Amino acid sequence: MPSFVISEKCDGCKGGDKTACMYICPNDLMVLDVDAMKAYNQEPDQCWECFSCVKICPSQAIEVRGYADFVPLGSSIMPMMGTEDVMWTCKFRNGVVKRFKFPIRTTDEGTANAYADLQGKDLDSGLLSTEEADGYTIPTPQATV
Amino acid sequence: MALPNKPLGELKAVRDPEVEEREVDILIVGGGMAACGTAFEIKKWAADKKILLVDKAAMERSGAVAQGLSAINTYIGDNTADDYVRMVRNDLMGIVREDLIFDLGCHVDDSVHLFEEWGLPVWKKNEEGKNLDGKKGQKMGTLKSGATPVRTGKWQIMINGESYKRIVAEAAKLALGDDNILERVFIVELLNDANDPGRIAGAVGFSVRENKVYIIKTKTMMVACGGAVNIYQPRSVGEGKGRAWYPVWNSGSTYTMALRAGAELSMMENRFTPARFKDGYGPVGAWFLLFKAKALNGLGESYATGDAAKAELENYAPYGTAPITPTCLRNHLMLFEMKEGRGPIQMDTVTALAELGATMDKKELKHLESEAWEDFLDMTCGQANLWCATNTEPEKKNSEIMPTEPYLLGSHSGCCGIWTSGPDYDWVPDSYKIKAKSGKVYNRMTTVDGLFTAGDGVACSGHKFSSGSHAEGRMAAKEMAKYVRDNADFSPSIKESKEDLVKMVYKPVHTFLDNCEYTTAIDINPAYIKPEGMMYRLMKATHEYGAGTATYYQTTEKSLEVLMDLFETMREDCEKLAAGDLHELMRAWEIYHRIYTVEAHCRHIQFRKETRYPGFYYNADHPGQDDANWFCFTNSTFNKETNEWSLKKVDYVKIIPDA
Repeated sequence: MPSFVISEKCDGCKGGDKTACMYICPNDLMVLDVDAMKAYNQEPDQCWECFSCVKICPSQAIEVRGYADFVPLGSSIMPMMGTEDVMWTCKFRNGVVKRFKFPIRTTDEGTANAYADLQGKDLDSGLLSTEEADGYTIPTPQATV
Repeated sequence: MALPNKPLGELKAVRDPEVEEREVDILIVGGGMAACGTAFEIKKWAADKKILLVDKAAMERSGAVAQGLSAINTYIGDNTADDYVRMVRNDLMGIVREDLIFDLGCHVDDSVHLFEEWGLPVWKKNEEGKNLDGKKGQKMGTLKSGATPVRTGKWQIMINGESYKRIVAEAAKLALGDDNILERVFIVELLNDANDPGRIAGAVGFSVRENKVYIIKTKTMMVACGGAVNIYQPRSVGEGKGRAWYPVWNSGSTYTMALRAGAELSMMENRFTPARFKDGYGPVGAWFLLFKAKALNGLGESYATGDAAKAELENYAPYGTAPITPTCLRNHLMLFEMKEGRGPIQMDTVTALAELGATMDKKELKHLESEAWEDFLDMTCGQANLWCATNTEPEKKNSEIMPTEPYLLGSHSGCCGIWTSGPDYDWVPDSYKIKAKSGKVYNRMTTVDGLFTAGDGVACSGHKFSSGSHAEGRMAAKEMAKYVRDNADFSPSIKESKEDLVKMVYKPVHTFLDNCEYTTAIDINPAYIKPEGMMYRLMKATHEYGAGTATYYQTTEKSLEVLMDLFETMREDCEKLAAGDLHELMRAWEIYHRIYTVEAHCRHIQFRKETRYPGFYYNADHPGQDDANWFCFTNSTFNKETNEWSLKKVDYVKIIPDA
């Protein structure tokens, strides 16, 4: 089905008209049934299985069932997002379980340096703003035909 | 409580949407890596200008990097931009814009350095030459300060890139400001200036969250909405068609909107049919480059290193005999094995990991296994699940690889897109410079005055990947700032009335509402066609006639003639697309964009009377390469008033000598 929502766990992001999964899905697939207060994937055959909804869901209510065309049943992969790492649990059809932890970010969320105060000087040069600030020189071809 | 089955579309479309009109100086259409680059850079050069970015999705996870990436494929580092040009030129069979590629090579590393500063974990080598992940590697310092990245190939570096797009989007949004960003608004058509049809003046689109049409006037614009996916029938036709190799939401909007505005396209015949792990479409780069795995045919032979392969590659010298075989020719060799009955093709993961592990201790082995899984989990989670579901541990069981359905793009190992100006440097030939009406040259400007592009939009300069697309978005940002400065007295005006524009954007909704009560089944109605039906029609036509997987990527002159007739009726029937809700309205406009884009692709294939990219497609009537007649760019334009296409040859200029 690609991503699916577990009824019991989904609380519709507590009545907001925009749920977390609906906010994030790059393909506009996740929608909220406002009567039932549950989200669902409205177009499973357009799901990229990018796991964006799985990763963002505050209730861990979303998982992925592999594409029916070619994925046998019985396996699962689930990410647990931290601020610095993601922990994956990969369950095989035959019961084997593997866990992996990978870094995702080395700075605190929200602290990316946008160089908000940096103003470029020479608009007619080919230098990008940070290159100009660093005193970078743009190379020219070593030789031309 | 079980959910009842609900019909598609919770957000119903209404006949008369609200209309919001805006006027800005600089409009950025798109939210992926290129547009994020523009968003980061633009205020450094145009702080006092009105700027607006419009994204169909949410920038935090939009575009090709939404899911993450396990590598940055373009980092120049100790290499030269000259060698970068030579690599791209060879991979794309000789015909590329060396000015654009060299220029990109001069700036891409600055973006990579920013990514690392913002928090992207980049793998490093320690003093003993061992690999450290992006967290442990921090102690070695940053790339900018001289630390050594973990190279897989000459140009690629490894990262822990699960949150790559979130990090890049965060900086972009902080730099531009939330008030200057519209998310979930799909721009569908660009508008030319009422007084000068060769100039851009605005764009129109709609919200996929509320019934609202946006009409935006602008002095200059960036269109960067990625490539085109699901334009050919994919190998998986059920749920699995969502598992496209490139992002399934890339609908050719970049190319279609630009061509309908009058912009010249170039090399649209170029396509990418990547060989990937079968069905899951997991990346193969790390397996070939980092783990040194070999591809085996059904007989267990390493076919790509044999004498027969060597002889075949010699037919495509100098590209085929270069140290790195071009991507299309690697496919060509694989297809040859499959057609000769020596499939399926396997990635020999077992031998590769055994050989790498021979000198490793237990801890290092565990780390190696983790690296293999991370490659998928960072960027193609579904492939990891496929391994789990098929009980595939790569050290114990090999996996099949196969060329996918065709994709159109300009930033990966492909180079279709929009013809743009090169930089205004002395070493750049005049024929590569596009002058605005004012006589000034603007880097990355299209042939439409004031319309810029980057990333997948820029033709003839592949192998930018994520980092190069970001850098190119920044380069274009500066040029747009310059354009606005130079054209301060330009006041954009739009020919179409507000009412006409709303009618155009909401036409599928009106068609639906006017006719939907005639039948008892909402999708079957003689007065209209739903976007899903049109999608299947497009896929079937290109699959069968346009060198899809059905024919092992082969087409003929006759097939292309049939296809052109099919396109014409598709375009006519698009007038009867119907959408009952906002999601479906998005799908209606996406399929409209896809049809124009793939028609451009097939018209270029028809025009070029040779087979420049064996392995990507074959024109059976013109096999092999014809350098005497076709060592040139092919450019096209479309006249939306008359529905006529024009194609022409454009001279290739070699700038960088061979090594």
